[in-house]
Amino acid sequence: MSFYVQTQIMQFAQALPLECGASLASYELAYETYGQLNESKSNAVLICHALNASHHVAGQYRGQNNSEGWWSNMIGPGKPVDTNRFFVIGVNNLGSCFGSTGPVHINPATQKPYGADFPVVTVEDWVDAQERLVTRLGIEKLLAVMGGSLGGMQVLAWSMRYPKRVRHAIVIASAPNLTAENIAFNEVARRAIVTDPDFHGGHYYEHGVVPKRGLRIARMIGHITYLSDDVMNTRFGRQLRRVAGNLESDSLAEQNYLYSTQEVEFQIESYLRHQGDKFAEYFDANTYLLITRALDYFDPAKAFEGRLSQAMACIEAKFLVISFTTDWRFSPSRSQELVKALLDNHRQVSYVNIDAPHGHDAFLLEDPQYLSVVRSYFKHL
Amino acid sequence: MSQKRIEILGELIPLGSRVLDLGCGDGAFLEYLQNNRQCFGYGIELNDANVASCFERGVNVLQLNLEEGLKLFEDQSFDVVLQIDTLQHLKNAETMLKETARVGKMGVITFPNFAHWPNRLSVLKGRMPVTKHLPFEWYDTPNIRVATFNDFQDLAEKNKLHVSKAFGLVGERTIAVWANLLASTAVFTLTSTSLT
Repeated sequence: MSFYVQTQIMQFAQALPLECGASLASYELAYETYGQLNESKSNAVLICHALNASHHVAGQYRGQNNSEGWWSNMIGPGKPVDTNRFFVIGVNNLGSCFGSTGPVHINPATQKPYGADFPVVTVEDWVDAQERLVTRLGIEKLLAVMGGSLGGMQVLAWSMRYPKRVRHAIVIASAPNLTAENIAFNEVARRAIVTDPDFHGGHYYEHGVVPKRGLRIARMIGHITYLSDDVMNTRFGRQLRRVAGNLESDSLAEQNYLYSTQEVEFQIESYLRHQGDKFAEYFDANTYLLITRALDYFDPAKAFEGRLSQAMACIEAKFLVISFTTDWRFSPSRSQELVKALLDNHRQVSYVNIDAPHGHDAFLLEDPQYLSVVRSYFKHL
Repeated sequence: MSQKRIEILGELIPLGSRVLDLGCGDGAFLEYLQNNRQCFGYGIELNDANVASCFERGVNVLQLNLEEGLKLFEDQSFDVVLQIDTLQHLKNAETMLKETARVGKMGVITFPNFAHWPNRLSVLKGRMPVTKHLPFEWYDTPNIRVATFNDFQDLAEKNKLHVSKAFGLVGERTIAVWANLLASTAVFTLTSTSLT
């Protein structure tokens, strides 16, 4: 069931102080809403997006085919988060490239695009910006804040920074911070971008180029980590590209290797290149750097000498934590750290570990058990 | 579990307790404890359908595998830890009994009593019992630990667990004497000796 939506922009004239010490003098946030806010303003659900997503969570744009929101299987009329009952808000984060103030926008101080001069924003900064939007929409208390991966970190930050304003926190495929391995993947992606000759220290807009090579590689490595070994083998295995394209004619001749180091030989290579190419067409390189850094920096336990339970003592929200058995980028044990900290604080928490083959990507996919868990949870709200 | 059984077992749980229900099933008992005995708690349950049912009852549920122990839970962090008809499904039944005593100030354990007289009769006839309470054949039963009322008392003693109450249930009646023979379900409440 599709429905049409429109992006809205909210302007903020009051400066936003950032964790890095700088502040954004003024900024705007792109957002969308679905469903109706009830009279008591008690049915609002905020969706926080992950690395490469946006405020366009559900529905589609009139006159644009294939413009469904990134979480359309989860959110909409009759969906697990049912917009016939709930007022759902999607908001684009600062530093992004989908409408909210970010590196591609004009820096009022220089009258040129921010580029690499856009301040380093953190998960907490995003949440502070979102809080102003929610307040402006007239919502004192959110029924739920929900997000996967980096979105889940925002949910966690919401519940700690604004404990009185969140009734339910739904944290999916997330973690209380990144592991060294996770930071390492981000660093490889960033090095790919900044060492691209077209990067120009982040001011590539002025040069009329985009560091696409770097972006492609960043996306390729990211994509590998979002899938599981099993799902990659099932989908691609050792299939050669020529054979995969034409199953009818898999004659012996066509199964021979090309014996080339440069050409696309295996189907997985073709798939990754395609993903990289697609991504480099629409995503901004500076945004990629900023968002991966926000991931790296997030660590609410840091101020408590690593003691997560202490950091989370201020939480009042009721939690639903969801992980996926084959997710190795944000593994179930990381979700269980959150559960433990909530248990230590005698907070209300439910935890579901979904048996899904798809790795980290599972949180965006159509898994019946996953969707039904969210549906039953929201049914009770 | 019948409503009457829920009430009988509910009586064992002190008002306002913090409860951890190991193998909480559809969450009916926890829901009862929340609504009728002012308890606060969490269930642990592996089965997907049961997890969904807990959500719909508004019961906190954690989808964890009990065979992996209770490592998320601190020592003596719950007033009561429940094992209602759970023990017989666990490979590591003894470990979980120790874990129950570690995490809970009190434990409540129930399981089907294999020494209930109809079961004895069945074995005397040369057949494994298939009854209302043990409705499975030997080759497909999820009850991988079959024990008797008396067996459990020995295990509790071996682990230096203090049995504070021990009785049986048959249907909706409690059995105080000769429970090993007359009860289809064994019920024990435990407190670790370190506390007594």
